[in-house]
Amino acid sequence: MNWLSDDALRRLRSAAGSPDLSGTRYRLLEFVARGGMGVVYLAEDSVLRRRVALKILDPVASSPGLAARLLREARILARLEHPGIVPVHDVGTLADGRVFYAMKFVEGRRLDHHLQQIHSVPERLRLYGKICEAVAFAHARGILHRDLKPENVMVGPFGEVLVMDWGLAKFLHRQPEDAATLLDESPAQTANDTVATPAAHTSDSSVHTAHGSILGTPGYMPPEQARGDLHLLDQRSDVFALGALLLYLLTGNPPSTSSPQATLSRPLAAICRKAMAADPASRYPSASDLAADVARFLDSEPVSAYPEGLFGKAGRFISRHRIAFLLVLTFLVVRVLLLLVFRR
Amino acid sequence: MPDDTAIGGTADRFPQTRWSAIVAVRSDNATDRARGLEAIAASYWKPVYKYIRLRWNRSSEDAKDLTQEFFSRLIEKGFLNGYDPAKARLRTFLRVCIDGLVQNEDKSARRLKRGGDAQILSLDFESAEGELARLDPPAPGSLGDFFEQEWVRSLFGLAVDALRADCKSRGKSVHFRLFELYDLNDDSASHLTYDDLARQFDLAPTDVTNYLAFARREFRRIALEKLREMTASDDEFRREARSLFGFDPGDPA
Repeated sequence: MNWLSDDALRRLRSAAGSPDLSGTRYRLLEFVARGGMGVVYLAEDSVLRRRVALKILDPVASSPGLAARLLREARILARLEHPGIVPVHDVGTLADGRVFYAMKFVEGRRLDHHLQQIHSVPERLRLYGKICEAVAFAHARGILHRDLKPENVMVGPFGEVLVMDWGLAKFLHRQPEDAATLLDESPAQTANDTVATPAAHTSDSSVHTAHGSILGTPGYMPPEQARGDLHLLDQRSDVFALGALLLYLLTGNPPSTSSPQATLSRPLAAICRKAMAADPASRYPSASDLAADVARFLDSEPVSAYPEGLFGKAGRFISRHRIAFLLVLTFLVVRVLLLLVFRR
Repeated sequence: MPDDTAIGGTADRFPQTRWSAIVAVRSDNATDRARGLEAIAASYWKPVYKYIRLRWNRSSEDAKDLTQEFFSRLIEKGFLNGYDPAKARLRTFLRVCIDGLVQNEDKSARRLKRGGDAQILSLDFESAEGELARLDPPAPGSLGDFFEQEWVRSLFGLAVDALRADCKSRGKSVHFRLFELYDLNDDSASHLTYDDLARQFDLAPTDVTNYLAFARREFRRIALEKLREMTASDDEFRREARSLFGFDPGDPA
């Protein structure tokens, strides 16, 4: 055995651990994050001279099944051209055999970090509306996210919202075309793979069980997902996660530790409850419907989740027409005072 | 649906096809135990020897005896039966075992018991002594790091040897030679560029890139295989692999 110096050990560690970008247009800049399936690096696209994020299969977790999954994630992202979804630029295989894809490098903050600076409920709800829009768009394209949570949402410096980490995404209705684009991802290839949350700008809190069922992220996954009834998942499963996300946005606490009744206004609590109903049939049928109810709340209109009484309607009416109400009230008070004065 | 069954997998089960020396050395089968011991000793004997020499300030002869004794007891006393990867890393566990052995061992009784200088393993202690002479003495408080670093040196050394043999058997000796010159060469004054190597071996620079990528990929594969042998579970393997090849956040990759 030859003597290996400390320098040689350092070089070997680096050579074995770093992706080999030779032959590509990218130049490695720095490590960003690591997840269960991939590692995200900041790199420079030497042709377009812009910074991109490279998501590269983790050498430790590398396997044909995981490579197929990473490619699948890239192809799903490629279908989702929307301002609220991180765009993918390129996909391929490195010289060292690892699969990678290049995406926009999002210079922002995770939603959970960003919220520390937003205290206004309307502002939080407007931000939430953008998340719902992106998810609704994906649903319209037949794709479920299945791992929506604050750590998977980035907020850019100009308030742009990006839904990240589509590694667990699923096609709602598999078309023949889908099967072709998903490569040869057969169960035989992937059954023994351990899959965890793909690396992104996220924590690795998603939990995956053995034998084909996903636990997702506790607190954000619907009951049917937690049970592993994957055939029951549809867009209402993402609606549940969006409801949990709304609860988090409004309370600042993870859904498992807060309840909709705690400190919220009744309509907002009702929206959260409806979105997070245990029975999918009792939830909003779509992310758009959920977003519409939140928008109605913002506009002081009645929300579908909360049938209000006379007092509720009156209160909302007053709240909505506050200035006019105050003017009329002032007029009436003055009128009464004048009457009282002149009667004497 | 295929994309459903693809998710998850047998995360908690150590694949049966992947052989573990740690599991083997705990086996009831004598052949398996011997094979497991051989693999563990191949990776760990140098770190153990060097650690005893420096941590316990023992003479070369004493350290040789204690190293042999340590691996002998690994089987006889079932040292590894008490190893739980959830509680400590294997290296930490082994260091504690070494410390216990050295503290409790009575030198004369040991020699009497083992019949003098009888050896159970054929180990090249001279090479380990030579390596010790090339190392800067570690600070007394960093002997744990020293043991770790020596283990990495040992593991990578075995992987490089295996890569050399593998390349030779596959007719890819040039690949290994390039790897040796570029990645293992310690002479910074004569550090070669890809273009230098291309000229020296009469290759196109892109060939140098490809040959080096091949050698590094194979090195990683072999090193991970050897690492896997030294772990008892898939979780432990992943932790160790990340530690071995991982990066600290913020470090240039």
